[in-house]
Amino acid sequence: MAERAGDSAVRIALLYPELLGTYGDRGNARVLVQRLAWRGRPAELIEAPWGEPAPASCDVYVLGGGEDSPQASAAAALIAEGAVHRAVGGGAAVLGICAGFQILGRSFFGPNGEARHGLGLIDCTTARRAEPRIVGEILVAPDAATNLPALSGYENHAGLTDLGPGASPLGRVEAGVGNGDGTEGARQGRVVGTYLHGPVLARNPALADLMLSWVVGDLEPLDDTEIGRLREERRRFVAAERARAAARRPRGWRRYRRTMSSTARPRAANFSV
Amino acid sequence: MERTATVKALRAVVTGIGAVSRLTGRGGGAVIGGKIALTLDKAALPKLAAGRSLYLVSGTNGKTTTTALLAAALGTARPVVTNMTGANLKAGIVSALAHDLDSKVAVLEVDEAALVQVLADTTATVVVLLNLSRDQLDRYGEVRLAAQKWRTALGARPEIHVVANCDDPLVVWAAQAAGTVTWVSTGQRWRIDATSCPNCGGRVIWAGDEWKCSCGLARPAPEIEGGGDDVIVGGRSFPVQLQLPGRCNAANAAMAVAAARVAGVDPEGALAAMVGIANVAGRYRVVNLGPASARLLLAKNPAGWNEILDFLAPPPAGVVVAVNARGPDGYDTSWLWDVDFERLEGRPVIAAGERALDVAVRLRYADVPHEVCPDPLVAARRLPPGKVELVANYTAFQTVLGAVGG
Repeated sequence: MAERAGDSAVRIALLYPELLGTYGDRGNARVLVQRLAWRGRPAELIEAPWGEPAPASCDVYVLGGGEDSPQASAAAALIAEGAVHRAVGGGAAVLGICAGFQILGRSFFGPNGEARHGLGLIDCTTARRAEPRIVGEILVAPDAATNLPALSGYENHAGLTDLGPGASPLGRVEAGVGNGDGTEGARQGRVVGTYLHGPVLARNPALADLMLSWVVGDLEPLDDTEIGRLREERRRFVAAERARAAARRPRGWRRYRRTMSSTARPRAANFSV
Repeated sequence: MERTATVKALRAVVTGIGAVSRLTGRGGGAVIGGKIALTLDKAALPKLAAGRSLYLVSGTNGKTTTTALLAAALGTARPVVTNMTGANLKAGIVSALAHDLDSKVAVLEVDEAALVQVLADTTATVVVLLNLSRDQLDRYGEVRLAAQKWRTALGARPEIHVVANCDDPLVVWAAQAAGTVTWVSTGQRWRIDATSCPNCGGRVIWAGDEWKCSCGLARPAPEIEGGGDDVIVGGRSFPVQLQLPGRCNAANAAMAVAAARVAGVDPEGALAAMVGIANVAGRYRVVNLGPASARLLLAKNPAGWNEILDFLAPPPAGVVVAVNARGPDGYDTSWLWDVDFERLEGRPVIAAGERALDVAVRLRYADVPHEVCPDPLVAARRLPPGKVELVANYTAFQTVLGAVGG
């Protein structure tokens, strides 16, 4: 399906938005369609409602974030259907965000924390390990091989993800948590998973174009000045947040005093300085 | 209520602190006084609520307006104390009650996450449950979890009469646990947060207004219907004549009519009392900003925005979209992508607020030409003269209100 030619519209499928649409991630599908339309390439957004057969032979499949129980329903339906597996076998690209990322892996967790089968399109497993929930602005330095600029987003998840040898991370976390081991997201062939909301493709047009290029080939550049301003603002926000956190960290005498008091009082022994 | 020494002391604290706060220019003082009262006396809320009939109004959207409408309806018969300023957490409620020790009836707006605590601390007579939808994603995470907490809390208090929106599956699931429920149809159209059954995780099937899940959870038959030109109670139609615009406010009025009926106020009298309300905590107010005649509107989540898009003045009226992302707004602006901003096409639009750039990128992808101007009031003045709709989310709205004198 790569390097597709001709006038047929590029088909972007938004899977189960009513289950995997809690965090505004439908915007990713909108971004993909619009970036093709702006370049004069016909593109079609196909919303695939839960309970109906998932559309076959789309070029890109987008899965958003969602709550635990709808996430489990979505995974069960997609595994039973097999449409996404077949499309990936045929060269389609897939983008999964947060819960959508987790179900693309080999296993994730259900509403009660129990392990559930994922689609197995990414070699990774996710468990509920974060308490409290990880919530905040995130900035990622992408893997050099991707040739992408920094990835900006907002994360909100309780699961942490371990990548297996079959998948490579999207990048390393500069601010935020991501997968939980300093890496963020995953890529395996044309299947991409990430914890970044924002939506991720709205804030990171280069990632949108990279995924589009997998299915349509080279793309001419667009004027992304306005998005660049947003990216710059978010980068500054993260830098300021880090500076504030550093200022709060006790230093010198305050640090010494806190260390001493934590050894003196067993209750505070877990306090890390 | 019985004026015990404690209650009088609490009033002194709240009014005193409030006055100091206002004098020193630290805001209205509604919340800080309540906070200090709660620090001094953890039981301040039950003490101040004792001996009164409490009407609590909660939900994601429409709390403040429904509270105002219900307070007006009940106020025809007796004095009512209310927290209409939108200070809807425990401290705001304590403050409102402390300011008025005499009124035997309290109509209180309660934050959806604070409702459980307020229920535990008080003996509420009626609880009005409006709707539940995504809002402040970073803070609450899961909408279903909020419904679950309501359900547990109401199940433990069978004496409470609940007035609930039967068109919202999350609300129905929560309210079902209550002892007595009056179901009200509001014609709610935001459904995407409840396509997965809150009870079993299965698929909720919609057919027109009706909805059901294979587990048995289904839309209860409404006793009262609203959301349109009339409120229908027991087959009788009562015309709704509000100054407040939109389907959402007609729905709020229906909920208030239902709650007033529990208190013995008939629908005619209740609706007549609501006609006088022209703005609620500054919302729907029209202010002159240079050449602009700007209507101030609050929209803090996709469900609210999509209601407002229905009644925005047509072009050439301009629109200011002002969005902040502070704590009360939620830090994650991704929700902007669940709003049909495509519908603003053809209007002059300015992206404003502290997150004007997020709005600008959203508008760009909606193919809506726009300018960027972070200050919402400057933005309103910059639009073509005449009607301007200034739509802001929570803290952006508060800033605007502060600047125009509210």
